[in-house]
Amino acid sequence: MAKRTNQPTTGAEPAGRDLSSENPQELQQYYAQMLLLRRFEERTSEMYTKAKIGGYCHLNLGEEATIVGLMAALTPADYIFTNYREHGYIIARGVAPGPVMAELFGKETGVSRGRGGSMHLFDATAHFMGGYAIVGGQLPLATGAAYALKYQGKPGVVVCQMGDATTNIGAWHESLNLAALWDLPVIFLVVNNGYGMGTTVDEGAAEPDLYKRGCAFRMHGERVDGTDVLAMRDATRRLRERAEQEKKPAILEAVSFRFRGHSVIDSDRYRDPEAVKQGRNANDPLPHFAHQLVLAGVVDDAWLKATASRIDQEVQEAIDFAEHSPNPKIEDLFDYMYATPVPNTPGRAEAAIIAQNAQGGR
Amino acid sequence: MPQLNLIEAVRSAMADAMAEDARVFVLGEDVGLKGGVFLATDGLLARFGPDRVVDMPIAEAGIVGMAIGASLHGLRPVAEIQFADYIHPAIDQILNEAARLRYRSNGDWHCPIVVRAPFGAGVHGALYHSQSTEALFTSTPGLKVVVPSTPYDAKGLLIAAIRDPDPVIVFEHKQLYRGVRGDVPEGTYTVPLGQAAVRRAGAQISLFTYGLMAHYSLEAAKVVADEGIDVEVIDLRTLYPLDQATILGSVRKTGKALIVHEDKLTGGVGGEISALIAEHAFEALDAPVRRLASPDVHAVAFSDVLEAHFMLNPQKIATAVRELAAY
Ligand SMILES: Cc1ncc(C[n+]2csc(CCOP(=O)(O)OP(=O)(O)O)c2C)c(N)n1
Ligand SMILES: [Mg+2]
Repeated sequence: MAKRTNQPTTGAEPAGRDLSSENPQELQQYYAQMLLLRRFEERTSEMYTKAKIGGYCHLNLGEEATIVGLMAALTPADYIFTNYREHGYIIARGVAPGPVMAELFGKETGVSRGRGGSMHLFDATAHFMGGYAIVGGQLPLATGAAYALKYQGKPGVVVCQMGDATTNIGAWHESLNLAALWDLPVIFLVVNNGYGMGTTVDEGAAEPDLYKRGCAFRMHGERVDGTDVLAMRDATRRLRERAEQEKKPAILEAVSFRFRGHSVIDSDRYRDPEAVKQGRNANDPLPHFAHQLVLAGVVDDAWLKATASRIDQEVQEAIDFAEHSPNPKIEDLFDYMYATPVPNTPGRAEAAIIAQNAQGGR
Repeated sequence: MPQLNLIEAVRSAMADAMAEDARVFVLGEDVGLKGGVFLATDGLLARFGPDRVVDMPIAEAGIVGMAIGASLHGLRPVAEIQFADYIHPAIDQILNEAARLRYRSNGDWHCPIVVRAPFGAGVHGALYHSQSTEALFTSTPGLKVVVPSTPYDAKGLLIAAIRDPDPVIVFEHKQLYRGVRGDVPEGTYTVPLGQAAVRRAGAQISLFTYGLMAHYSLEAAKVVADEGIDVEVIDLRTLYPLDQATILGSVRKTGKALIVHEDKLTGGVGGEISALIAEHAFEALDAPVRRLASPDVHAVAFSDVLEAHFMLNPQKIATAVRELAAY
């Protein structure tokens, strides 16, 4: 099969952009948040190398503008479902980096009490409905959540984030059909980072213009430069308004570039290292946005420096918090299996025996 | 004879089967250029080309369904499901279609597919990258279910599965991929489906197990041997159909049975073996049949500590053996 390469471009917005209608504090905040996600992921990768974090771990590097732009447009009433590449989403949603890092460390103070790890972050109070490690797992759930919002006449919309390659699984087609059929307030956010593991978008999707894949369901779709925080925010705002007011679902395809391998342990050998380097430079949302802000006089070098060191500090504190947090207790092994005690299922007494025998480990 | 680890043995089985039989092809996610997440298909694309090493989109129902359809029309597909945890979207195709095609067509159709999937915990994979899902399949007639524990068996069983006229699900333990090494002949050979292997002969306790636990059980057997407890370790290798003759023969000899598996206790293969023994070798028993399995929680919590206590290990197995010996 011949390889088509029609991956849409990013970084289209000129550096000398007119930002006069924007609130400067908000712009600064966007930048600071993007930098926070960047540093968080870089340090996460470092912690993985130091074996503080184990298992499967996927980074949001290159997707900072998509995430911050998205969250800037959402309200506290909205709900968010994501895939397993979600550290940035939960932080940008307002959950402190400490408990997120603690979860990656598998600690009791983590957002999922050490049970979930990197791929299964969760925070009900933030309406962050979880990272899902089964591709497509979140799609029908998000659709159901939108059904519940409509049913109950509640404000807010549901955002269902996923990767480009997730648009190839059956759950995508079923969910889109249902959302369109019943006019549900849900936005299907497709983060197009060019790859599903080692497979390019056009190797997996017969319609590689992913925002068009709603056609079969007469669902509106649009594409946005996912490395442009303001474009992302504005597109989300529009589609959010439409979903909430008119109960119209939509697809939002945000294009960006995956900086590294699929996960921290993916050697990425199926991509040309030179092309990856070039792609990273051309599609890095941070320097581009910083440059715009400097040109517009919103920030200066001193501010950028001070912000960088404040954020380094914040991420360091998150790591320290994770490091010094306790492990989950073995006595809690069977907790959360059922709402109420269920006879003849293992519970705290059985867990206590396992803990007492202390034969964990290899 | 070449010394291979288990993943190399799996790769060698597919390569040799493909070289020998043009009907055999592999399909799955990133099996081509990337060579598979665990590199089971590394190098096959270059050797056999994209028609026989088919990169699939993320669509497990499609992967297995395509395999079924192709098998009905004369091909011998080997489908890779990247992790056993992702097999669930394909379960409908496997249980409702593959398992029933021969029966519903009065033997006119057959469905000679193989579905391979890595399973098992102990890799910090948390809830969706650690599961043992074999019991979902051993409870549906029409399928055969295989779990190799050595490189030799991995190759021989996989080739037997590919040649088998019925659907075979092969679960390979992730920790064994690079955790064990052994002699693997070049060229094709088979290890027959449905035959257990006595890994260690013993007189006092029959220990039935498979997968990674076969290795842990052998370690445990060695430890308790120094204490004077003589354990017979039987690697089941095929979970459906079970090798009843070997299972019952061993229990009739030792009078005590311990079943060890990483899958959860309730509904696991251990229950089936216990029932077999109770039904057919009750009079030979000197003690109640004992099962040692993972706790009935979702495999598996991410935290190191919780995972370590969820997982079985040689110490836990040795303890269970001692308790049974003392009965
Ligand atoms: C049902 C299922 N199949 C396969 C996988 C393995 N897998 C995890 S992520 C992934 C690629 C997903 O790519 P994409 O949707 O583009 O998201 P990205 O990782 O690029 O953010 C695959 C194949 C899985 N987790 N679940
Ligand atoms: Mg992707």
